[in-house]
Amino acid sequence: MKILVCIKQVPQKDAPLKLNESGTWVREDVSYEVNEPDAYALEEALRQKEKNGGEVVVITAGPARAQQVLREALAKGADRAIYLEGDEFVGLDSASTAKAIAAAVKSENFDLVFTGLQSDDYGYAQTGVLLAEVLGWPHSTIILHIAKEGEGLKLKRELESGYFQDLDMPLPAVLTIQSGGNKLRYATLLGIKQAKNKPMTRLQWKDVEAAVGRNGLKIEKLYIPEKHKRTETIEGPPAEVARKIVDKMRNEMRIL
Amino acid sequence: MSTVLVITEQRDGKLNRVSFETIVAAQKIAADKGWMVQAVVIGGDIASAAAEVAAKKLEKVYQVTSSKLAQYTADGYAAALKSFLAQKPATLVLFPHTYQVRDFAPKLALSLERPLISDVIGYKSESGKLVFTRQMFQGKFAADVSFTGEPPYFVTVQAGSFRGDQAENGASAAPIETVNAALESSAVRVKPHDIYKEAKQAVDLTQAEIIVSVGRGIKEQKNLEMASKLAEALGGELAASRPICDAGWLPIERQIGSSGQTVSPKLYLALGISGAIQHLVGMKGSRSVIAINKDPEAPIFDVADIAVVGNLLEIVPALTEELKKAKAEA
Ligand SMILES: Cc1cc2nc3c(=O)[nH]c(=O)nc-3n(C[C@H](O)[C@H](O)[C@H](O)COP(=O)(O)OP(=O)(O)OC[C@H]3O[C@@H](n4cnc5c(N)ncnc54)[C@H](O)[C@@H]3O)c2cc1C
Ligand SMILES: Nc1ncnc2c1ncn2[C@@H]1O[C@H](COP(=O)(O)O)[C@@H](O)[C@H]1O
Repeated sequence: MKILVCIKQVPQKDAPLKLNESGTWVREDVSYEVNEPDAYALEEALRQKEKNGGEVVVITAGPARAQQVLREALAKGADRAIYLEGDEFVGLDSASTAKAIAAAVKSENFDLVFTGLQSDDYGYAQTGVLLAEVLGWPHSTIILHIAKEGEGLKLKRELESGYFQDLDMPLPAVLTIQSGGNKLRYATLLGIKQAKNKPMTRLQWKDVEAAVGRNGLKIEKLYIPEKHKRTETIEGPPAEVARKIVDKMRNEMRIL
Repeated sequence: MSTVLVITEQRDGKLNRVSFETIVAAQKIAADKGWMVQAVVIGGDIASAAAEVAAKKLEKVYQVTSSKLAQYTADGYAAALKSFLAQKPATLVLFPHTYQVRDFAPKLALSLERPLISDVIGYKSESGKLVFTRQMFQGKFAADVSFTGEPPYFVTVQAGSFRGDQAENGASAAPIETVNAALESSAVRVKPHDIYKEAKQAVDLTQAEIIVSVGRGIKEQKNLEMASKLAEALGGELAASRPICDAGWLPIERQIGSSGQTVSPKLYLALGISGAIQHLVGMKGSRSVIAINKDPEAPIFDVADIAVVGNLLEIVPALTEELKKAKAEA
C-alpha cells in the first residue's frame, strides 16, 4: 500500500506561548514538535508497510522550521517527503490546508492518507475529513486499529465513553488516527544517517495557491481566556505547601 | 426571517444530551438576532426522539429519515443533510461537537463550499456580526472567529458550554415534519458494524471518593510510584490522563476523560495535568479539585478549587509525608 501521512509541526506542549503585539496570533519564537496524533499516524503507516509492503510518504505544510518534522519522519523510516514550504501556510483554516495538501499530491496515486485526529495548536479536528471530501474518497475518524482485509480495510474506531465500532472501508480512503494505538518507535542512528539521502520534494505557496482559494474563517482576536472559577493559589516551599494542603483537606474539604 | 437550525444527535432513539445544550445556544442566538430556531432529528427509527425535541421551544422539528440512515455513516448523514438544506435553507447550522459530528459535519460543510467553526464555547454579536469563541493552543488561548463568506454558516458547540437544563420549553409541542431522505445506494461507501465495549473493567472509578490523577507532568514511569503512595495515604484510587495510558504506564480503564471514565469524586487531585477539554469533561463534576502544576496559566486551574503552583515531583512526596503525620496524630 502507498500511504501518505500528514504531519504538522506544533508548539511544544510546555512552550510558554506569547501573543503577538496585535493580539491576533502567537509569537513564533518558541520550541516546536510533531503534533502528537500525527506521530501515531506515522507509526501506523510504518507498521502497515512492514506488514503489507508499499511506500510511506510524509507531507507537511509550514514555514522553514516545519521541515524538521519531515526529517524526523524520514529518520524513523518514511521513504520520502513532500514539503509545502512557506509562511503562507501558517494560520490557514482546515479547508485551505486540505486543498493545499490535495493539490500537492494530485499526480500521486495513494491508497491511503493518514492525518492525526486533531492538531494540538489549532484544534480544528477537520483537516482529514476535508481532505477526503476534496479527494472524493471515503473516510473515517478517530481510528485506533487498521487491518488489511481482502481489497479493503477493517477498522476499529473509538467512540465516546469507552465504546468502539468496527468498520469495513474500501480503498482509497482517508483515516484520522487517534493516539495510543501503537507504541511509538524512536529514530535509530542509522535511520538518521539514511534520512539525509532520502528524496524531499519542495513546493511553494504559488504552486498550490490556485487550488486553495480564500480562508473561510477569520480570527478576529486571540486572548488569554477569562477565569471562571475562584481558585485559591498555594505556592511556596514543598513542605509548607504540603501542610497547607492537608489543612484544607481536613478543615475545608473534610475528607480526612 | 433567518433560521438557526440545530442538528441533534441520537443513537438508538436516545438523544445525546449535548443536543439540548446546542438548542440552548440556538435559542440564545435567535433571541439576540430575532431569528427563529428549528431542529433536525436524523436517523432510522426516530419518532420518539423527535417528539422529545419538539417539546422545546422551536418553530419546527424535521425528522430526516431513511432506512439507510438507521446506522450512522458519514456518507449517509452528509448526503441526507445536504439535500435537506437544499430544500430548507438555514442561515446558521449548529451541531453538538461530538465524535459523530466531527466525523461528518466538516464533509457536509465543504460539500456546500462553506466553512465550519468547530468546538465553540460561546458567541458574541458584534455590531450585527456573529463572532464565535473557541479555544486554541490547548486551551491556553481563546480565539474570536468570524465567517468571511456567505451563509449558511456551520458551527459545532463544545459539550458543557451551554446548560442543557436552560432549554426553553414551548407552550405547545412544535410541529414535526417528516422529510424522507432519498439516498442512492452507492452513496454509502463504508460498512459499519455494531458498537461495543471492551471486556468488563476491573476497576470502577465512578465509585471512588478520592482520585489521584496523573498527567504527563509526572515525566517518567518510575515516578508513578510516588503518585500511588499518595493515593494510598489518601485511601484513594489512581487515575490518569490519556498520554499516560497511551504510553501503557497505566491501564486504559484508569483513563479519565471523553474517551475514558467520567467521575465525580469528593476530591480529584490532578498532578501534572494541563486541563485539555477532553480531560475536563471526565472530572468537572468532582466536588473539590486540587491541581498541582508548574505552569500558573495551566487551564486545569480554571476548574480547580485549589491551585498549587509548583513542581509535583517535590510536592507529592512532601504531601504524602504530611498526610502520614496527620494520620499518626489522629
Ligand atoms: C478525540 C480526543 C479524545 C481524547 N480523550 C482524552 C481522554 O479521554 N482523556 C484525556 O486525558 N485526554 C484525552 N485526549 C487528549 C487531550 O486532548 C490532551 O492531549 C491530554 O489530556 C493531555 O494530557 P496531560 O494533561 O497529561 O499532558 P500535557 O497536556 O502535556 O500536560 C502536562 C502538564 O504537566 C505540567 N507539568 C510538567 N512538569 C511538571 C512538574 N514537574 N510539576 C508540575 N507540573 C508539571 C505542565 O505544565 C502541563 O500543564 C483526547 C483528545 C482527543 C482529540
Ligand atoms: N499544516 C499542516 N501540514 C500537514 N498536516 C496538517 C497540517 N495541518 C493539519 N494537518 C493534519 O491534519 C490533522 C488535523 O488538524 P486540524 O484539522 O487542524 O485539527 C493534523 O493532525 C495533521 O495530520
